[in-house]
Amino acid sequence: MDLSLSEHYEHYRANVRQFLEDQRELWQQPMSDRDGRPSEAGRQWQAMLIEQGYVCRTIPKAYGGHGGEADILESFIAAEEFHRVGAPTGLANQGISMFVPTLLECGTPEQKERWIRPTIRGEIVWCQGYSEPGAGSDLANLQTRATEDGDDFVISGQKIWTSSAHFADMMFVLVRTEPDAPKHKGISYLILPMDTPGIEVRPLKTMTGRAEFNEVFFTDVRLPRDQIVGERGEGWQVANTTLKHERGMLGDPGQANAMLARVVKIMEEETVEGVRLIEHPLLQDRLLRLQARAEAMKLHGLRLLTCGLKGEDPGVARLIVKLNGTILNHEIAAFAIDVLGELGTLYGDSPHLRDKGFWQTTHMFSLGLIIGGGTSQIQKNIISERGLGMPREPKPAAKGA
Amino acid sequence: MEFGLSEEQSMLTDSIRRFADQNVDAEALKSLVDGGEIAKPSLLRGLAELGALGILTPETAGGSGLGLLEACLVQQALGRNAVPVPFTASAILAPLALAETEAAEAWLPRLASGEARVGVGIGEAAGRRSGTGIELLGTKASGSARFVIDGIDADGWILGTVGGGLVLVERDAKGSSCSALTTIDGTRGCAEVTLDAVQATVLLEDGADPSRLARMLAAGRTALAFDTLGACERMLERAVAYALERKQFGRVIGSFQAVKHLCAEMAADLEPCHSLLWYAAYAADAYPDEFELMACHAKAHMGEVGQFIARTSTEVHGGMGFTHEMGLHYFFKRIGVNRQLLGNPDQVRQHAAALQGWRRAG
Repeated sequence: MDLSLSEHYEHYRANVRQFLEDQRELWQQPMSDRDGRPSEAGRQWQAMLIEQGYVCRTIPKAYGGHGGEADILESFIAAEEFHRVGAPTGLANQGISMFVPTLLECGTPEQKERWIRPTIRGEIVWCQGYSEPGAGSDLANLQTRATEDGDDFVISGQKIWTSSAHFADMMFVLVRTEPDAPKHKGISYLILPMDTPGIEVRPLKTMTGRAEFNEVFFTDVRLPRDQIVGERGEGWQVANTTLKHERGMLGDPGQANAMLARVVKIMEEETVEGVRLIEHPLLQDRLLRLQARAEAMKLHGLRLLTCGLKGEDPGVARLIVKLNGTILNHEIAAFAIDVLGELGTLYGDSPHLRDKGFWQTTHMFSLGLIIGGGTSQIQKNIISERGLGMPREPKPAAKGA
Repeated sequence: MEFGLSEEQSMLTDSIRRFADQNVDAEALKSLVDGGEIAKPSLLRGLAELGALGILTPETAGGSGLGLLEACLVQQALGRNAVPVPFTASAILAPLALAETEAAEAWLPRLASGEARVGVGIGEAAGRRSGTGIELLGTKASGSARFVIDGIDADGWILGTVGGGLVLVERDAKGSSCSALTTIDGTRGCAEVTLDAVQATVLLEDGADPSRLARMLAAGRTALAFDTLGACERMLERAVAYALERKQFGRVIGSFQAVKHLCAEMAADLEPCHSLLWYAAYAADAYPDEFELMACHAKAHMGEVGQFIARTSTEVHGGMGFTHEMGLHYFFKRIGVNRQLLGNPDQVRQHAAALQGWRRAG
């Protein structure tokens, strides 16, 4: 146990702090345009972050990255400082978090040359075509077909939960090219311009009232056959190579604590029957329960960080983070809404709205995060199978066998 | 920057675990506890030889002079096997009470060697029930302390007073009496000590230093949380092992998602507890200002997680989990007692609220 930092890292922290202070004017501008694409300021900020190595740290200079060595602790410190002052952590889209790492691993030199620089600089925006109506948790069951016709693939089918599709330039998409192969072996990973004829994007409004996702329909969409990453039929492996790469700036380990601090502020300010809510024993009790869990998850993050520094595999400790983190954030939002009572139900631009509707938005959006990226039930399968060594659910016996 | 156990700390944990596995496996646990043997001399001698009993005691007094985190790692390793020995009072709480007192010289070396044992009764500091409390008049102590940890067959008792002081009473002191309390937990003994104008050694005058008792309380809460952590580790391991062995409907029950998800939930709840508890114990020396609050978080949260795991592991075992035969109940009960001692989660959370200035203390 030693939570102190060496001189080198203290110095690094001071530099990050100074940088953020110097650039405050830039990063306080809107990072995206009205349509969702990176703004001029957003691209400028991203370029500075790359130059400093706060993002795209290990991506080679030749492809527009910072070209440095990984340093988990420096990345952690940078993330802490950014979150502390609420500075935007650079462009975040699936082109940067998913497509670029995939190309680095499986792309041809030409593909890397062509796509990585404009992607990480925010000049090309990507969306991810993975999930389908019939392929959610069971992603490998995807049915969007790409058949060969001369030099082209002809794509037909449908994707869903596609963030950014309504303004993206490009899509990396998983399609079935070998319909007779076993389901994991018949998939290919294609690169598709979104202005290709035959693509229709329909916004998918969620319970928050916003269109955070889209449905994307493909009708005889033609794409040259060389627009593929990896070989035909290898798309599943290609899509699964991204795990070992950085995915943009680290998340905020103190996020739950920061949210709780906001709830405490409300409880200290608002009164019911003349009594401050913070003095209400039942609310205190609920607050304290959440506080302990938030502390535990923050410290758990430090434990995982330490494992990373030592090159140790934290095992089951790593596998629980998504499950616990998403549920905790959702429950904190639910608690804040209870603290506000009827006021907590206000939304949009209602009179008496508190915190600009943050708590209802967060309550609903965090429910989306409990479901998205592997539902809590899938997480429990992963924890029990990979973490505790329990067997997979046996496949149902073939019908009529 | 290193948030984790050092090599030395891991070795310490391993050595106590090995000792516990060799001496108190499931069979031995049953025969010891069912026979009412909760202070077997050979076990105490073994722990003394490993340096466990004197872990907090300064080297000059025959101990190893380590910190609360190390002491708590021992407690965790004992909890893993529900080892039926008195440890928390003599090895963790007593050295804190005796430090820098005149009684230290006489008691600390004997506690470290296992030659003597004390019970510690400071539960009243966490919330005094009617009919309890020790009053001090000069050097004469009167009243009663309930749930004196490891108080049975002890050579003396260290007791908190209503005025925030600490007294030490020798076993055969005139006017003192001790009766065993029968809790569900047969692995450790709690006692009620009643005093009638008993000559006591005053370790801490009433009102002299309120932080002293507060820190003892925090250390005790942290230690009990570690004990539950160890017991929970064992209960989860046993649930998984049983689920991989027990077959129904032609397959091991551990292949059913219903059972897998119970195990995953236990793991998901338990893993972050390690970090929370490590930090609480580490804070005792490294961040004393945070110690009391972190000890509250550790005690309350571990109490809740412990209750969930005690129940869920038993459920995974089906009807067998409910039997005496399976021996899971020793852990279930130990966790249940840890939850209540030195303040249950509700009381501790109210204390945590007071520490953050959200209500009047006390």
